[in-house]
Amino acid sequence: MSHDATMEHHTATGVPHRKLLMWTFIGSECMLFGSLITAYLVYRGRSVTGPYPEELLNIPFITVTTFVLLMSSLCMVLALSAVQRDSRGGSRLWLLMTALLGLVFLGGQFYEFSHFVHEGLGLSQNLFSATFFLLTGTHGAHVAIGVTWLLSLLGLELRGKLGSEHAEIVEVAGLYWHFVDVVWIVLFTVIYLLVGV
Amino acid sequence: MTSTTMAHDAAHGAHEHGTYSGGIMSWITTVDHKRIGVMYFVSAFVFFLVGGLEALLIRLQLGSPENTMISADLYNQLFTMHGTTMVFLALMPLSSAFFNFLIPLEIGARDVAFPRLNAFSFWVFLLGGLLLNASFLFGGAPDGGWFGYANLTSTTYSPGMRIDFWVFGLQVLGVSSIASALNFIVTIINLRAPGMKFMRMPPFTWMTLITSFLLILSFPAITIGLVMLMFDRTFGTGFFNPAMGGDVLLWQHLFWIFGHPEVYILILPAFGVISEVIPTFSRKTLFGYPFIIFSGILIAFLGFGVWAHHMFAVGLGPLANSVFSAATMLIAIPTGVKIFNWIATMWGGKLRLDTPLYFAIGFVAMFIIGGLSGIMHSSPPTDLQQTDTYFVVAHFHYVLFGGTVFALFAGAYYWFPKVTGRMLSETLGKLHFWIMLIGFNLTFFPMHFLGMEGMPRRTFTYQAGLGFDVMNLMATVGAFILGTSMLIFLWNVIRTLRKAPDAGRNPWAAPTLEWSLPSPPPHYNFRTIPEVHARDPLWHEQDADIDPEAGDVPEPHMPSPSLWPIGLAAAIILGAVGGLMQSLPVVLAGAALIIICLYGWAFQPLER
Repeated sequence: MSHDATMEHHTATGVPHRKLLMWTFIGSECMLFGSLITAYLVYRGRSVTGPYPEELLNIPFITVTTFVLLMSSLCMVLALSAVQRDSRGGSRLWLLMTALLGLVFLGGQFYEFSHFVHEGLGLSQNLFSATFFLLTGTHGAHVAIGVTWLLSLLGLELRGKLGSEHAEIVEVAGLYWHFVDVVWIVLFTVIYLLVGV
Repeated sequence: MTSTTMAHDAAHGAHEHGTYSGGIMSWITTVDHKRIGVMYFVSAFVFFLVGGLEALLIRLQLGSPENTMISADLYNQLFTMHGTTMVFLALMPLSSAFFNFLIPLEIGARDVAFPRLNAFSFWVFLLGGLLLNASFLFGGAPDGGWFGYANLTSTTYSPGMRIDFWVFGLQVLGVSSIASALNFIVTIINLRAPGMKFMRMPPFTWMTLITSFLLILSFPAITIGLVMLMFDRTFGTGFFNPAMGGDVLLWQHLFWIFGHPEVYILILPAFGVISEVIPTFSRKTLFGYPFIIFSGILIAFLGFGVWAHHMFAVGLGPLANSVFSAATMLIAIPTGVKIFNWIATMWGGKLRLDTPLYFAIGFVAMFIIGGLSGIMHSSPPTDLQQTDTYFVVAHFHYVLFGGTVFALFAGAYYWFPKVTGRMLSETLGKLHFWIMLIGFNLTFFPMHFLGMEGMPRRTFTYQAGLGFDVMNLMATVGAFILGTSMLIFLWNVIRTLRKAPDAGRNPWAAPTLEWSLPSPPPHYNFRTIPEVHARDPLWHEQDADIDPEAGDVPEPHMPSPSLWPIGLAAAIILGAVGGLMQSLPVVLAGAALIIICLYGWAFQPLER
């Protein structure tokens, strides 16, 4: 977010440093979520006590929050486009919308977690609870960081410090946000759609 | 605006006094990759001595049968901390010291892509290392081995905070490694000088790039393993608890998916150092440069497919064992290619037998021995005989000490003049080499036989009359000779730092860009960024007279010092301490400080 002179020097590839950093970081994150997803799959169906996933998972509800998160990616695209075009109203609207949809998703996750705990699925109840809460919790933490990042960008915009010359930092935030969405599509498939299969 | 002017003046003042001048604050706030490199070297070398001291205690205990000098409990802590310290606090950060100091100089850049992130990586490493070692003061150090196998690490078998120190310490160190690796990937890809194509990059730069990719792809696996272990220990989940359906082997898989690439993280930088030292001291360009580079890439790639050769004894079945065995044997091919390339580089060269070449040749010879014993246990039936015996200890010390440490000393003697402007004593250097070589072989060669005769690892004593006595005594004597060689190195360094600079720009007539700069290089490195027309530029007629200081070019502006990197590092440590104490308020305080530091960092301009 700072205006860094060395950042604007030429790069050998033409790709800005921060964008390359984010892509490389995403590579690392793939291994992080890969390890978590593998552990979830390895431990599937190995809980020795209930409650079991097929008794608890509410697919229609999560389908709705999944749709909300996917729409936030669309808003992110519109936000970047607005910043690049110096459309201040558009930047504010779409940054706010992206963050709000992220918050709705987090709200849904909060509701789901508290419902599970209420039904007797505490964190240390069984292997399903441990792998489920660790995997979706790690994803939720990523969404929360993304929402904070988006709101910080919105703060910059409200202070008039997010012109098209700063579009790169919005693009980098967007890369992160889209990645977190893509991860959720995998989690939605692995945890919810494949339940009982 | 006043603050801008003041910082401006401060920056100019710093230059007038040279690269390393300034008080303690100037080191704490520095974002200069050269100073960070020096700090990495000094701190990692201190940890190296601590790890070495632990090894000497281990050897004292094993010097005679049925010795009662050290209890079994303390012995467990010593071998755990020896392994953990040497891997995470000594060898990796010593490699990092070379990455930091050299990479921008070798590719013709003024600094890394993210100078403050670089400082942050260093402070997290240093504070994380101190946190790990603080365990000695709070009820004992971790005692589950550097591999921390489940369920030795469960609260049932390891109550108290020892394992928690290990869990939090390693998670914190992972943050440092990943941040630093991301930084070097972007730096190497993006900050190459004009004409520095990928296939013109010095081999050390290439190996750094490959190592950095290994780091970002392998560390997440152990991070997840450590988080699961932390949940098991703190919240009572059952990831590694068979009573709840958990599988202790999941830990081994996660650990070794990280742990095997980690082996290459430790050895590839050494390969890079050797690939620069041997050509310089043979007055010959590196034989088969593309083969060296692509072998490095292949080793890294295959390195992700061999982790289960650490698990041949757990019963994965013949199919899995065969696949992992074959993949392991494959790695011998690119490794052998490199060794032949180094020998072919020396073949017919005009060898200049200075200390760096001594260590490089020592590296090649010792690493071959370690590589051969490695091929022996790539075969599961052979490995089953060797698992958990001293044969394995002998093997990995031949690759990590005989390999990495010899190479790091080759690099230390080679680049010391560039870092300090002073030449180390050749006489003391060669004395260091011979004593280290003798001590090393006396310590570790007998362990092959001890292992073959069935002496188990990680056991604090052994009975007399089993045929282990003489060779253990030899190993103990060797270890103390090895320790003495480190004192010679330290004496050499201290003596040399007291004399006047005498190195000049290129004392070895070396071919890479860092040698076109004054020693030590000015804080901005290159006043004018050179254009490169060939591999080994300073040996090429078009680039031989590159002089970045020539001409009337204004001094480049460099990033300003910042307190946020060390602040953020301290905040993360505070959070980890909160986790250790299982104290929510401390964790929250750490989290709040992390947020404050992140915002402070983000809104502080890089140049002020």
